[in-house]
Amino acid sequence: MNEPNKQNSIFKVIGASSLGTLIEWYDFYIFGSLATIIGAKLFPADAGASALINTLAIFAAGFIVRPFGALVFGRLGDLIGRKYTFLLTLVLMGGSTFLIGLIPSYETIGYAAPILVLILRLVQGLALGGEYGGAATYVAEHAPKGKRGFFTSWIQTTATLGLFLSLGIIVLSKNIIGAEAFADWGWRIPFLLSILLVGVSIYIRLKMHESPMFTKLKTEGNISKNPLKESFNNKGNFKMVLLALFGATMGQGVIWYTGQFYAQSFIENTCKIDFNDSRYILLWGIAFATPFFVVFGSWSDKVGRKWIMLIGMLLGIIFYRPIYQLFLDKSDVTTWNTSAILKENAPIVTRHALHSEGDSIITSSSRVNLINGASFNVVSIDTVYADANKMIGHAQVVKDKVLPTSTFWLFVGLVFFQILLVTMVYGPIAAFLVELFPTKIRYTSMSLPYHVGNGVFGGLVPFVATLIASFAGSTPLSGLWYPIGIAALSFIIGAVYLSNKKDENVND
Amino acid sequence: MKSIKKILGLVWIILGPAAMAFMAWQAWDKIGQAEPGIAQTNTALQWGIILLIFIPIAIGLVIFGKYAWAGEYEKLPESSEEI
Repeated sequence: MNEPNKQNSIFKVIGASSLGTLIEWYDFYIFGSLATIIGAKLFPADAGASALINTLAIFAAGFIVRPFGALVFGRLGDLIGRKYTFLLTLVLMGGSTFLIGLIPSYETIGYAAPILVLILRLVQGLALGGEYGGAATYVAEHAPKGKRGFFTSWIQTTATLGLFLSLGIIVLSKNIIGAEAFADWGWRIPFLLSILLVGVSIYIRLKMHESPMFTKLKTEGNISKNPLKESFNNKGNFKMVLLALFGATMGQGVIWYTGQFYAQSFIENTCKIDFNDSRYILLWGIAFATPFFVVFGSWSDKVGRKWIMLIGMLLGIIFYRPIYQLFLDKSDVTTWNTSAILKENAPIVTRHALHSEGDSIITSSSRVNLINGASFNVVSIDTVYADANKMIGHAQVVKDKVLPTSTFWLFVGLVFFQILLVTMVYGPIAAFLVELFPTKIRYTSMSLPYHVGNGVFGGLVPFVATLIASFAGSTPLSGLWYPIGIAALSFIIGAVYLSNKKDENVND
Repeated sequence: MKSIKKILGLVWIILGPAAMAFMAWQAWDKIGQAEPGIAQTNTALQWGIILLIFIPIAIGLVIFGKYAWAGEYEKLPESSEEI
């Protein structure tokens, strides 16, 4: 094939692979982004039962099914080929996402609703576990020598762009149809829309050819008979699986989740920033940082993969606490110029009777708008006891903060920096993993450490952060010790044991 | 560097069971603190899943440490034939 045709062909491969992977991430994220609304519509009002099913949906899909999907589809990809395997994962993911959008409410079908959500969520986790390894392997096996980092980095953009797309579609749908209609039925739009995106992607993927390296192996009769056994029972390969997990994907997973999900959750829930503002901050941060996946992927072709990834981890270890301290300090309304009030609405007062003995809760909420464009809600909560001997309990919360413009852009900058670290650890990692394992067991061998690193170590960031926050003497920043500790461990293992050598020949 | 790799191997061998013991203690503590009934079942379910998934990872860390102690990572394979 001549050079322009070769270039054209590889860009087709990247386009087709990336589009499908992006849609899979989009499908996976909209569930997380809309979890509260899904909980209200499809789960029982009984908080206990609802929490139980939710736990299964979140924990099982992320931590058990995803690595299991990596094994199931990795094995399939090494046995029947990359193309058909990641076509199957796309169909499973798109189909289950679409079906979630069609599930009748809990009021209509009772417990069948949350059970269906759980089943479909498990299918999503399974499909996601199989998708990434296939797409990364497929692109890498088409990429020319010396450009593997550059070409696979396009696949790496998809996880972040999938999050961008899911946030964008949710915010857009909500703004178009209004918050009330969105909470009522509009939340189904992002799920139903998935079928169109998946349809296009399936059409494109069907036109693709099998990876040339896999085709060669198959023609020569050299494909693996038992990829699981060869991956994990062969000491030479298994030690590389362990090294990939502890020296790279484990640290990469926590940097990834902290920079994107923990940042959003911290800004929204701890700093009490307005729902839309917190999403706009993330959207801008992602938009500015995404090109750097390709920059670092491409740079890794020249200087090696190892140190780019490890420096990304090191910068996270050093800067996470100062960054999150700045989030806290700058979102504190007492540091804003609150004397310049433009308008303060009259408080809306509501009274809630408590179950016993005539006690009640009085909530008073007023919106304060400042001249610099910032605004916030001041909510006072008083517990009034029927027993006159008991003191009135009082609490005040400032929430739904809309930041002053300069602070808003500072937050965008801080999120941008965190996502820049994500691009450093994540941009080169597909090429790094592909080069670590032989063609005949590549799909299986690289998928497992990737999904354990991301799904388990990364996915546990919110859970462990909350756990640490429950310890005596903890502060709002204490939760950061988990990603910092895991990234530090991975940095040490990577620095000591990994090689910076690029494997020029992956055709083996 | 070879001796650092080896000595750190011992650290990983110890860290695997130590991390599991810490998690098991946390699980016991948090399940005990949860209100009896569905909240306790829910906490037990969360921790059950986490322990289930972390046991093989901790075993993996011990095996990684054992390989490091045995010098398996002194020279990484240059090509797939060496694997």
